[in-house]
Amino acid sequence: MGQFVIRRTLYAIVTLFILSLTIFTVVRLTGDPVTLMAEPGAQEADLALVRREWGLDRPWPVQYAAFVKNILTGELGESFNYEMPVSTLYFQRLPNSLELALAATLISFVIGIPAGIVSAVRVNSVWDHVGKTIALLGLSVPGFWLGLVMILVFSVWLRWLPTSGQGGWRNLVMPAVALGWYFAASLLRLTRSSMLEVLRSEYIKLARLKGLPAFAVIAMHAFKNALIPVLTLAGINLVVMLNAAVIIEVIFAWPGIGRLLYEGIFQRDFPLVQGVVMEAGVMIVLINLLVDILYAYIDPRIRLTR
Amino acid sequence: MSVTTIQSIAPAIRLLNRLRIGRDLPLLPLAILVPFVLIAMFANVIAPYDPTEPIPGAKIFEPPFWAPGGSVHTLLGTDYQSRDVLSRLIFGARVSLIVGVVGTIVAGSIGTTLGMLAGYIGGWVDQLIMRVTDAWLALPAIVFAIFLATMVGPSMWNIVIILGCVYWTRYARVIRGEVLSLREREFVKLAEIAGASRTRVILRHILPNVTNSAMVLASLTIGVVIIAEASLSFLGVGVPPPQPAWGSMLADGRSMLMVGDWWLTIFPGLCILLVVLATQLFGDWLRIRLDPQQRNL
Repeated sequence: MGQFVIRRTLYAIVTLFILSLTIFTVVRLTGDPVTLMAEPGAQEADLALVRREWGLDRPWPVQYAAFVKNILTGELGESFNYEMPVSTLYFQRLPNSLELALAATLISFVIGIPAGIVSAVRVNSVWDHVGKTIALLGLSVPGFWLGLVMILVFSVWLRWLPTSGQGGWRNLVMPAVALGWYFAASLLRLTRSSMLEVLRSEYIKLARLKGLPAFAVIAMHAFKNALIPVLTLAGINLVVMLNAAVIIEVIFAWPGIGRLLYEGIFQRDFPLVQGVVMEAGVMIVLINLLVDILYAYIDPRIRLTR
Repeated sequence: MSVTTIQSIAPAIRLLNRLRIGRDLPLLPLAILVPFVLIAMFANVIAPYDPTEPIPGAKIFEPPFWAPGGSVHTLLGTDYQSRDVLSRLIFGARVSLIVGVVGTIVAGSIGTTLGMLAGYIGGWVDQLIMRVTDAWLALPAIVFAIFLATMVGPSMWNIVIILGCVYWTRYARVIRGEVLSLREREFVKLAEIAGASRTRVILRHILPNVTNSAMVLASLTIGVVIIAEASLSFLGVGVPPPQPAWGSMLADGRSMLMVGDWWLTIFPGLCILLVVLATQLFGDWLRIRLDPQQRNL
């Protein structure tokens, strides 16, 4: 087990190293970040000044070392616009993003899990087709468009819900549905396939043979075991939602991490954009590492595979 | 019937048999996709107006023709510059389809190539490619795409390259996994013993056996890429104005949502929805056709 943890941790470190190198290179390969930052038509002398101020006149290896140092100290560099460490800004927004992501997770559970179970228990029934339709629409209806349509229907026409901003649950409903929509579809499909697999297993056959009522077999034996991969996916989805809800947060003026990234783009604040992207990568690598280790802890067979 | 007659009609029968593929064509996806492809190809001929120029004499924010205040000259209304929404949708189809198809081809080519190299060569090449794949998979695709688009600057072809660079990772993983088992199969071993070079083995023996998977992945990627392009354009880092794209049309329409100008939001979104839905259904059909094991799932 110890060896497994060490190997996985090393992989995670290598992954983060490559990620940092990628982000660093992209920022510099695609042109001068200073010209991205400066107003169009800025004087060359001003550009040189900015370049020196941000240390962009130093050789690349020195710049990369500074970039890595910023990541390791947890500051992720200083935002050009806010003149604050990017990590401070990131963690200021984190609770807002967490609120939205948790609500969206709840929505995806409410839609995805029951529909997934019913379609697995009654394969090829009407309910299975309803489930397949939901799964298909989850992939085909862009969440941000769903958000716009909900604003039109529930805010503009019916005047039930506020269009944007943060506040009570009424502000949370529409962004959570718009964000959770896509993830509901993925949970549904995983719940269905996971249930189908469990229902085919020997111990379910035994439970049926010994005369347990169908409901007890499904609720007590099948569902509990089918739930493990589903909860894992939900955990990873939660971290993705924290970092990737850019458009939803923009549409609903939700002051989360996604909007921070959007602001960074429009204020030409490249240290902010670079830092937020890196932080997102770090969080996702860490959650994946955690999941790997937990799985290995639960299931010894995993420890032995590479 | 003489032998010669049978021989002479044999090619015709074979052709008919081949054409009977048509029996189980996916009608719904094709019924949606074919018109969209035709519209995109012949946008210049079909579109009633120039999509980038205001219509002389038309008002801004005219509703569709059936709504009060609408005009039959601009069937689906006008936008904030009194441009024709229908014409913009028609030209927008071109952007979405080009980005979706070419972006998928770019992603598929990168991913399949790297996946085959990693799986067949193994060793440090495998380690290097897979660690890069892991790193690139760690970022949420849309965040990575936004990041790249911000740094590279907006243009349609840049978006194609960017989305290709973001979505290749899934191909690399899947294809590598398949190559790992193909590598142990006898026909590959025999080719190696016969002295075929690595390049030859990869191109002649491995590639034909992973094309099916790559095609299935591709059919499922197109929709994702189309939505990603719309998202980037919506955020203003995608296809730059005045070129019409469905995503940027949604962004333009957003400010008028509050006063109820619904047509600016509903129509572009419906177009995205229909095209993506059709590609997903087509992908499902393809998957079942190419992989008999999937039929029961």
